[in-house]
Formats: sequence, C-alpha cells, structure tokens
Amino acid sequence: MALLVCAAAAPAEPPRIRVGSKSFTESYILAEMVAQIVDETGEARAERRLGLGGTGIVYGALASGDIDIYPEYTGTIAQAILKEPTLASVQAMRTRLGARGLTLGVALGFDNTYALAVRRDAAARLGLRTIGDLARHPGLRAAFDPGFLDRGDGWPGLQRQYGLRFAEVRAMEHALTYPALVSGRVDVIDVFSTDGQLARLDLALLTDDRRFFPDYSAVLLARRSLAERFPRTWAALQGRLGGRIDNATMARLNALADLERRSFAEAAATFLGRSSAETARRPARELATLTLEHVWLVAVSLTAAVLLGLPLGILAARRRRLAQAELMGVGVIQTIPALALLSFMIPLFGIGQLPALVALSLYALLPIVRTTHAAISSLDPRLVEMTTVLGLRGWRRLAWVELPLASVTIMAGIKTAAVLTVGTATLAAFIGGGGYGTLIVTGLALNDVGTILTGAIPAAMMALVIHAAFEALDRVVVPRALRAAPSASN
Amino acid sequence: MIALRHVTKRFGGRVALDDVSLAVEPGATHVLLGSSGAGKSTVLRLILGLLRPDAGEVRVEPTAPMGYVVQEGALYPHLSAGRNVVLPARAANWSAERQAARLDALAALVGLEPELMARYPHQLSGGQRQRVSLMRALMLDPPVLLLDEPLGALDPITRASLQAQLGRVFGELHKAVILVTHDVREAFVFGSVITLLSHGRVVQQGTLADLAQRPADPFVTEFLSAQAPPPEMARELRL
Repeated sequence: MALLVCAAAAPAEPPRIRVGSKSFTESYILAEMVAQIVDETGEARAERRLGLGGTGIVYGALASGDIDIYPEYTGTIAQAILKEPTLASVQAMRTRLGARGLTLGVALGFDNTYALAVRRDAAARLGLRTIGDLARHPGLRAAFDPGFLDRGDGWPGLQRQYGLRFAEVRAMEHALTYPALVSGRVDVIDVFSTDGQLARLDLALLTDDRRFFPDYSAVLLARRSLAERFPRTWAALQGRLGGRIDNATMARLNALADLERRSFAEAAATFLGRSSAETARRPARELATLTLEHVWLVAVSLTAAVLLGLPLGILAARRRRLAQAELMGVGVIQTIPALALLSFMIPLFGIGQLPALVALSLYALLPIVRTTHAAISSLDPRLVEMTTVLGLRGWRRLAWVELPLASVTIMAGIKTAAVLTVGTATLAAFIGGGGYGTLIVTGLALNDVGTILTGAIPAAMMALVIHAAFEALDRVVVPRALRAAPSASN
Repeated sequence: MIALRHVTKRFGGRVALDDVSLAVEPGATHVLLGSSGAGKSTVLRLILGLLRPDAGEVRVEPTAPMGYVVQEGALYPHLSAGRNVVLPARAANWSAERQAARLDALAALVGLEPELMARYPHQLSGGQRQRVSLMRALMLDPPVLLLDEPLGALDPITRASLQAQLGRVFGELHKAVILVTHDVREAFVFGSVITLLSHGRVVQQGTLADLAQRPADPFVTEFLSAQAPPPEMARELRL
C-alpha cells in the first residue's frame, strides 16, 4: 500500500524554489529562513544553493534563472546591480528590477551598512570617534574586504569624502580581517553593522558623521515568476520576515552562528520559532559526499584538459607560427584570477558543477599544453629526422616515437595540472560546484578555522594521493628504458 | 641510380654546396671525403629528400626505401635493439613472422648475438649500437645505403675491426653505398671512388691512387698528407 502511494506520488515531482545566498553568515542565515518558510508553506520544495561567492556570482545566477531568490541589500542593488547610486526608495528599485523580470520583497527591517571598526583601546588612545578622525592618523594600517576596496560606495568613495590616507591598505577576505585587527596586525577594518563578531570582540565602530555609506536595508530579491507561481509562499515570506528583523536581532543571529557554532539552519530556526530538532534533519553534507564531488570535479576537468591540451600542444609543436598565439592564449587564461574565471562562466553555463568543470579544465590547460609543446619541440632533431627516413608518418610517428620520447616531460605537466586542479577545485563551491570548497567557504563565513581545515586538509591529502597515483601511472605510460633515466644512448 | 647534377644548396647566406655533381652506380661504394663543414652530410640529406636543392638536380631511382646510418646511431632509446631494427618493417606493415625472420638474418649478417636484440640501446657498446643501426638501415633491403661517419664515435680498435666487417658486408650486398668520412684510412678501406669536398665544392673525384698521384689541386695533397703519419714516425715504427 505504502509502495502504491509512493509510486503514485513519484511522477509528480514537487516544484522547486532554488534559494541562493552569498558566502557570509548573514546571507546564509537569511537564505535558510527563506528555505524553511518555503518548505513550511508547502507550495514548493526549497533547494539550497548557498554560499555563491559575492554579488556578481549570486546576482548572475538569479539573472540567468539558476536560482529564484536570495537576500540582498538596497545599497548593493542601487550601486552594484542597477548602477544608479542615487536610487533610494525600494519602490523605485522594484520598478527598475521589474524590467529585468525580477522583484523585491518588503524590507526585512535591519540595515546592514558598512562601518569602519578599530580596537577600543586604539580608539581611546588616538581619540577616534568618527571616521573623519582617522584623517589625522595617516600612519594607520587598514585591511579591507576586496569588495569594499573596489566598489564606489566603499573605500574609493569613502577616501575622497573624508580625505583619508593610510600607511597601508591591503585586501583581505572579510572573515580574516577580524583576527588581523584583534592581533594588531592592522588598525582599521571594514565591518558590517550587524556582524556577530562586533558584540564579542572589544571593537569600536566609528560614526559615519558625513553620512557617506548608503542605506543597506536587507530585502529579498527574487525572480518575478516566483511571486507569480507561488503566491502563498511569496506572501508567507513577506509576512514572516518583512519588517521583523531589527539590527540587534540580526547581530544576535549572526553571533549564534559565528560565535556559538550553531548551524545556519539552527540560527534561522531560532528566529522562526521552530525547534532545532526539526532542522536537525538536514545534517551537513558528509565528507564522503564532498570527497566524491571533489574527485569528480578533478577527474572530469583534468581528463578534459588532457584531451584538449595534448592535441593543442602537439599542434603548437608542429606549427611554429601558431604556437606563439596558442601559448599566449592559454597563458592569458591562467592570468585570470580563478574566482573571476568562475564568475565569467555563469552567463554561459549557469551555476553548479558544469561551469566549475569548464573553468577548471581551462585552468589546467596551460601546464599540459606548454609541457607537451616543449617536450615535443625539444626532441633530438636527429631522432625526429630519422622517422622520415624510416617511413614513419602521421600518427605512427607521433605514437611510436614522439609521444613515448616526450612522455616523461608530458607526464610531469599533467601531474602539475592535477595537483593544481585539486587546489583550484576548492573554489568551485563559490558557484555551487560542491566539493571540499563547500566546507572552506562555510568556514570562512563563520571565521571557523576548524571548519576550514575539515575542507582544506582532505584537499591537501587528495593532492598527495593524486600525485602518488600519477607516479604509479608513470610506470605504465613512460617506456621502461626512459624511466631508468640512463645516460641516453645518443 | 644516384645522380647529383650541378647542385647548389644555401643555408641562409652560407653556401653549403656549390655546383656539386656526382653519380653512384649499384654495387659501387662511393666515399665522400672532406673536413667537417665541407658539405658531405648535406649531400646525403639531399639524396634522402630531407633537403631540397636551391639549384641543380638530385635524382635517385628508385626513390625509397633508403638505408641511413649516422654517427652514434640515432637509435630510439625507448625501444629495444630489436624493436629499433624492425621499426621500418612495422611502418611498411610487414607480418610479425617476416619481421622476426629478417631480424635474425640481419643479426647474423652483422655478427650480433640474437640475445642482444632484447637490450636497450644504453645497454649496448658503441660498436654494437652502430651494428644495430646498420641492421635497421638494411631492414627493408634498400638498394641505396647512406652512411654518415658511421664509425666516427668509436674507439680505434673497434673502429678498425668494424671497418673490416663493413667492407665485407658491402661486398656481399651489391648496393649503391655512399659513405661520408673525414678519415683518409676509411676512404682507403671502402672507397672505389672518392669525391673530395672542400667548402662545398668538389675538389677532385677518382680513386685514392688518382688523388695521391695526380692531385687536381695543392689542397688534395695537403689534405691527404695531413692524416698520414710523419715520415720520421713511419720510419721509426716501421709502419
């Protein structure tokens, strides 16, 4: 009977609402709230695509239809998304976003704006109360989140507005700026006014007396189709969250995750008044699953890189004029920061595993193409010339002579690419690609070294294992006489 | 069978061969003699089709296959001696049995133990490697055999014994052989006809006796006497 019910229910897969978030605690928690309300309402099932890097990646995913909803801030929408910094009202933003097939929910109630923080003792010693006071101390060192450092409503604008100069301004992942500040390695950092860390650490927030930072009210940014297809869910989200979360509440929830090591789901459930037993049904994905995902990312992208890189390297060795352009092209890909390359993939391939695989394959290409080209074009010319005399042409020349002779070097290139890919694959988590990076991204958001290490250590181990595996593979691929590394007979 | 007519070859601005003509008939061994840089190897590479002449004509009939042996052998280090030898036969899609039979016959011809065929080039002596290289050149029984300083890298004793052996093999094979050397003694051992090259030009063609007794140019005498033992040494050692 139960079987019959299952069989009847199975074909009607419930519709899904894909919930995204950026890779910091508050965004995770808000997205969890959304997901839990979606599941509770029952119109659709929530699918979590959390920790999708920064605005560029998560907004790209929303715009391309890879996710349906994620928590955003009005200031970011005006500045970074609509690129109309003067836009202030939620209604005006909603109109503009409507043209893109998107909509905005009502404001959630809190304003997570940028702020500058200093150590309390330093504030007392230097007489720092407002941001303007910093202008009198050009010897200070600052560390800012890369996003803050670049955006117009971040450091560049702030610097102009207040005429600030520091001895040193360095870019640092947001979660790492707190320990840097507390340990005294830097003196000023950018924070968010609802950071859970602010409560615990003895920090002073400097007043934005010239009101430079725009309003960063939290809102839900969604595809219009979500509101239209799931009106009850959309209404429930507005009703349960709209105007309900003030700054203190959000800071407390952030602290719950950041400082008390509660899961994002638990923090969200606490606010929604659900028992944590309900949320405990979703344990963090197991290490085994992440390992499989990571192996898959590395194996597939490396295979693709070899299948593409070997012919490209051979082609470059054959056509000298083509080689220059080709090696330069492959080299340019390598200079693109991995995270940027990943975000370029979103308009083409959406989010998830596919764009990660494409980006990783492109990244692994350089060592393979370059070593293949170098190995084949540096073979002893007398040995290569002899192939013509002996009547070896085309693929036979390649398979019988050139590739075996070049195999030691080519394998070294593939080994390099493999180890490189194991490391780079941790970044796949930023676009929902899974793997060990999922733990690292979460750990970074929580500033939890333990969680970071649960991702980083297996990744390092995997690099070692893969290196060993390739050493073993050498015994199969490289001809015996070349492995022994004798003084060559010629 | 092999004929070069007024061949000129330049590499960039440098003239490697200048109006060179020569002809080799089947069964004859022709020695290209000269110092390094005289253009001897370029002649072989033109005959092999690895280079094209800038002027003049290179005729070889039939065009392929040709056997080619170079100094230090150019054996493939990743293949055993036997695999090196049969490589041209594999390229010509011979059956395994035919390859094996030919391999045995050639080993006997050059006087190598069949067991040595399983060794890799780095496990062989210099003289053994050159004989393996000769086997590879003879694998398809080519009508033309080209040898570029085949004994140049060997010690004097190995060299002398191999010279004698090669001379015997060439006599049995009835092929058109062109051998490049800078060594007058080697020219004496092998050459029925000698072409003396200098700076890309033919200085004189003929037998060694012709060159010694009727030098076309003072350079001929100079070249020959430079490699002869000094008279005092010949006298003292009763050479």
